Amino acid sequence: MRRTMGVAAASAVVVLVAGCGGGGPQSSGDQKLTGDKIVLGVLNDQSGAYSELSGKNSVAAVEMAIADFTAKYGDKAVTTDITVETADHQNKPDVANSKAQEMYDRKGVDLILDVPTSSAALKVADVAKEKKKLYFNIGAATTDLTGKSCNKYTFHYAYDTYMLANGTGKTTTEQIGKNWYILYPNYAFGQDMEKSFSTAITAAGGTVVGKDGAPFPNTSGDFSTFLLKAPNLNPKPDVLGTMQAGAELVNVVKQYNEFKLRDKGVGLAVGLMFLTDIHSLTPAALAGTTYTDAWYWNFDAKNREFADRFQQKVGTRPTFAHAANYSAALQYLEAVQAAGTDDADAVVKGLEGKTVEDVFLRNGKIRAEDHRVVHDAYLAQVKPQAEVAEPWDYVKVLKTIPAAEAFRAPSADCKL
Amino acid sequence: MSGFAQNTFNGLVSGAFYALLALGLAVIFGMLRVVNFAHGAFYMLGAFGAYVLLSEAGVPFWAALVIMPVGLGLLGMALERAVIHRLTKLDPLYNFLLTFGLTLILQDLVKLRYGVQSSPYETPSLLSGSVNFGLFDFPTYRVFILGFAVLLCVAVWWVLTRTRIGMVVRASTERPDLTRAFGIDVGRWVTPVFGFGIGLAGLAGVLAAPMRAVNPLMGADLIIVVFAVVVIGGLGSIFGSVAAGFGIGLVQAWGEAYLSNFPLVSQTIVFVVMAGVLLWRPAGLFGREEAPA
Repeated sequence: MRRTMGVAAASAVVVLVAGCGGGGPQSSGDQKLTGDKIVLGVLNDQSGAYSELSGKNSVAAVEMAIADFTAKYGDKAVTTDITVETADHQNKPDVANSKAQEMYDRKGVDLILDVPTSSAALKVADVAKEKKKLYFNIGAATTDLTGKSCNKYTFHYAYDTYMLANGTGKTTTEQIGKNWYILYPNYAFGQDMEKSFSTAITAAGGTVVGKDGAPFPNTSGDFSTFLLKAPNLNPKPDVLGTMQAGAELVNVVKQYNEFKLRDKGVGLAVGLMFLTDIHSLTPAALAGTTYTDAWYWNFDAKNREFADRFQQKVGTRPTFAHAANYSAALQYLEAVQAAGTDDADAVVKGLEGKTVEDVFLRNGKIRAEDHRVVHDAYLAQVKPQAEVAEPWDYVKVLKTIPAAEAFRAPSADCKL
Repeated sequence: MSGFAQNTFNGLVSGAFYALLALGLAVIFGMLRVVNFAHGAFYMLGAFGAYVLLSEAGVPFWAALVIMPVGLGLLGMALERAVIHRLTKLDPLYNFLLTFGLTLILQDLVKLRYGVQSSPYETPSLLSGSVNFGLFDFPTYRVFILGFAVLLCVAVWWVLTRTRIGMVVRASTERPDLTRAFGIDVGRWVTPVFGFGIGLAGLAGVLAAPMRAVNPLMGADLIIVVFAVVVIGGLGSIFGSVAAGFGIGLVQAWGEAYLSNFPLVSQTIVFVVMAGVLLWRPAGLFGREEAPA
């Protein structure tokens, strides 16, 4: 009985949508959900450099979101048939492109999630636009996703280079030291980070007394030339800002400690860092380092409760990327529930301008102008070893950066 | 001035790693005519082994410095017996495929168990301070590496030039056919020499663990430069690979320090040097043209 009514309601919705001229080829048919189900696609790095900070555990986070959604709505849910498709894009733009097409066309995916690596993320944005299907980016940092490459079907969820620079660059300048020496890997990501940081530091009244682009990839694994230069610059920098990531970040930090730069009065700020990076370097190696975090698992009881469930499922504490994937999947399902259909245009309409609160999004708002999802961010500092009371509890939050300040204003380059 | 001295010192420390790896490659190539693409993977295993020994069995750095080279040397000998020696009579393409495949397998096995994230390894407390050289301070650990590598190279040089074993190895490295003609069983030396080369790579890996990121790809990143070093020194030339190893370390460090406004230059300087050397001396700095068969 319920089923017949459901079908009738669905038909009514479809007729109405089609009648309003909003129906494209994808909304023809007599179901409110394409294929009578919802398919979420997690497209990310499952074996390479970013597989630890996101990877398979992001799939687990999305599964948690589905379970929570199903438990909340029970048989009032728009459907209980919600599945996850995953693919490894190997951080390569061309692979990301073909996997995204395959997900939308052949696997029936309604929403693609995650996609770290900016170059790959931008390719998927193009595919989403072309197929008129939804895409929530979590893993990539480029502001182009909400700038010149923005489109109606792409949302940028967790963080971006502006948020990192504005948080770490601005706050560190105001609170820790005015003079910076910036070390960045000399390729697109590093150059972009260097620009964003220089702008934020100067705006906060600081000075970039020196900056160097280190070879990328740095085959010798040695950063000593730059680290030795830092304390001898005039004026002497208070902060070394490193924009390296992954293994290169590990090398920079190991050698920063080896040359005892902190004892020479040069503090360390890291452009982009995940909880898993701190874990692999040990908090002792990073003690005192500041960075901007989009979310921290032990920030409050609500986060901790989520982190406990996550740990039960996969064995480690979640990074911000894991929590953001959970939140993104959940908010998408809520939007479909509210719209009563998985029609992309209808869901986008429901999402635009919406204010959201969940475990990841605090004071969250999905901006209609550029599809930037804004929320509170955090300036964090790695604890001294003596204060680390339990595994994975490595940082203290120095300051909450309010959602309104954390992200840039909508860019004029973005025409949705 | 102190800046220049520090950069020079650092160049020599990087060079020490190149020299240790190139030395192993040179003796292996000389004796077996096998270009061992898996050399970087054994360097990685050395570093990873040290990490596993420390984190899972509490074995300290100093013990790892003995255990890993010996263990990997034995593994190398077993591999030589099992697969490598079958290649010596085949097209060099086969040895490329085999050793490259071996690299992928070793890397993926480590990835499977430990993931791609770098693993922590701290400097042994005895070496965590710094040494004052008047003009500048230098981390004790780096001084140790440089001293250790130089000592090791001198010891290898001594063995090669002053002992009977060394004489046989040198002779069969440079002219295996002629050595055989003198009634020396070259084949008998092949396995231990391969094991020795692999052991050196493992040793370099253990030395790298406290100052470099320990992850499955650490060898793959480094080995490209090491191949350039071996080619510059002269394929198969033992002295050449050590000299070129230290030389390239210096050139890279100076390039980064004084050409930092031209990042592409400091990035490619090794290959520019290689191209220059090959134009001038096609067999490398200390290499000899292969004698006509």
